[in-house]
Amino acid sequence: MALCVRSLHYSGFSRQILKTTAVFSKRHISERVSSKSEPRSAPQTADHVLYTQEHFALKDSLRKIIDQEINPYVDEWEEKGQFPAHRIFKILGSAGFLGVNKPVEYGGLGLDFSYSVAVAEELGSINCGGIPMAIGVQSDMATPALARFGSAELKKEFLLPSIMGDKVACLGVSEVGAGSDVASIKTKAVRKGDEFVINGGKMWTTTGSQADWMCLLANTSDGPPHKNKSLICLPMDLPGIHIARKINKLGMWSSDTAEVFFDDVRVPCKNVIGEEGMGFTYQMLQFQEERMWGVANILTTMEKIIQETINYTRERKIFHQPVLHHQVVHFRLAELQTEIELLRSLLYRCTALYIKGNDVTKLASMAKLKGGRLARELGDGCLQYWGGMGFTSDVLVSRFYRDSRLMSIGAGADEVMLSIICKYMDTLPKK
Amino acid sequence: MAARVLVGVKRVIDYAVKIRVKPDNTGVVTDGVKHSMNPFCEIAVEEAVRLKEKKLVKEVVAVSCGPQQVQETIRTALAMGADRGIHVEVSGKDYDTLGPLQVSKILAALAKKEEASLVILGKQGTFASEVTIDGDKIKVIREIDGGLETIKINMPAVVTADLRLNTPRYATLPNIMKAKKKKIASVKPGELGVDLTSRLEVLRVEEPAQRQAGVKVETVEDLVGKLKEAGRI
Repeated sequence: MALCVRSLHYSGFSRQILKTTAVFSKRHISERVSSKSEPRSAPQTADHVLYTQEHFALKDSLRKIIDQEINPYVDEWEEKGQFPAHRIFKILGSAGFLGVNKPVEYGGLGLDFSYSVAVAEELGSINCGGIPMAIGVQSDMATPALARFGSAELKKEFLLPSIMGDKVACLGVSEVGAGSDVASIKTKAVRKGDEFVINGGKMWTTTGSQADWMCLLANTSDGPPHKNKSLICLPMDLPGIHIARKINKLGMWSSDTAEVFFDDVRVPCKNVIGEEGMGFTYQMLQFQEERMWGVANILTTMEKIIQETINYTRERKIFHQPVLHHQVVHFRLAELQTEIELLRSLLYRCTALYIKGNDVTKLASMAKLKGGRLARELGDGCLQYWGGMGFTSDVLVSRFYRDSRLMSIGAGADEVMLSIICKYMDTLPKK
Repeated sequence: MAARVLVGVKRVIDYAVKIRVKPDNTGVVTDGVKHSMNPFCEIAVEEAVRLKEKKLVKEVVAVSCGPQQVQETIRTALAMGADRGIHVEVSGKDYDTLGPLQVSKILAALAKKEEASLVILGKQGTFASEVTIDGDKIKVIREIDGGLETIKINMPAVVTADLRLNTPRYATLPNIMKAKKKKIASVKPGELGVDLTSRLEVLRVEEPAQRQAGVKVETVEDLVGKLKEAGRI
């Protein structure tokens, strides 16, 4: 209601009429607020389509940790090109945020994925993209297959400490020669007695230079490419593992990204997660959660950028009035905010179906596709209204512009998402 | 061992939010604005929970006065380790005019009813920077203008928490889920024999005057001259 009143002021025409109605409605509103018991001012708690009071309590608690332990240091870590993964993961792990939907026997909370989505959303209030991304890898990208299919021994050695924040995890899937085409990875794990000998390399390994173990996808036999791979828990301190370099990137600076080489690395065969040969399938299953997670995360960040843009353009004057007062500006922000709400609805629908056990590959892919594209559109659009300031490193919008570009590339490029959707629409050409 | 600690927790506008005055100057905008537990109340809860963990008290009860929404604040206290909560239902016009006088009467009545040995509150008045329980007395170190003062007081007692008393813990996710099962009792001020009529009436609320830019001067003579000009000396 208050929003309605404010926008009436901004309209150019028929100011007289609007002024009188505005005064009337203002008085009306203030009467309503004080006369009855507080209006449903928290419709978000009571009527939320996905979240309960616990979800909101969880977000509040996580928000405190972010405000105190993470955000004050983001600028420093972005400059350094690395954030202290062990320290931050220990704080989050001790508070229970790294194993939200993981089994209770291994330190998790055994809650459903909607809680993971709530965590992902709240992590979007971190002032950069790199740290939430690294947290996402730790909590929802390197561990789902292990939690579902790993042996008790493996879970004790790798899952439990990852959930507690004692061990830092990374995911080894993409290679220099294989990104979107996961089936064509070349890293080989050859069986020799009761060990695998691994040769090859991985690329784009988030937190690779700090990780204690890697969830590695490798070829473990010579069969067809979708059936010859396995996921292996690989300790990162084994002889033969070389962190070749930390990659310099356009964005996500606080997340260290490594290129890793394997030179006759020996690992026990019992480190295979689940069934040998099922690695590709397990990895594909992990992707659905990864995609929903990414969308949840970027929604909050996008909203923050819109709000910061509103704040900035309200203060900044151009031709004697705030930039925000120019219709193209507030209209464009309204358009972008509308798109955010649409994407949010898709995400919640997707999550609700997923926790009931449905296959949400199509919807999750659509959400990820839209997330990446909207982030680019929003970053570009908002940055424009910041003018020269938007081009500096002093503001959040420029960092967002750089960081969010990755969303259309990593965790499944836009083109891969489109192929998946077309598969479900049955429009792909038959071979 | 002291039986029970009562902790007051207040739901306030989040400290990070920029407060705006309502266009009709009757108050500040609260609709749709983020609210949280007063940071000093958090410190009070933390202290109470620590006393329980040291086994110096048996039970921590969190109390809040206000409409339905304050239950969220009580739940946060429960997630930090309080054992149960009491929601004193005050809403509408009564809530708008609820002031320190009424709340202190409510807390006093509750402290009596619950037989609380200790009441810890967020700061106003004298501030404790360290609290220990010694037999049936409480030893409090408090900050005063001249430094630190150590006093021993009898129970029941009221202690207010200062910033330096402790760093509140984060409500961990497992504890948030456990808090769901803890009880929050509802009670009306009338049941406690408290009259909520306010002796104060809010006439008008305004934003503080904008700070004016200062003027720099070069010498002491200039400074004295300018002060004389402004009629200050």
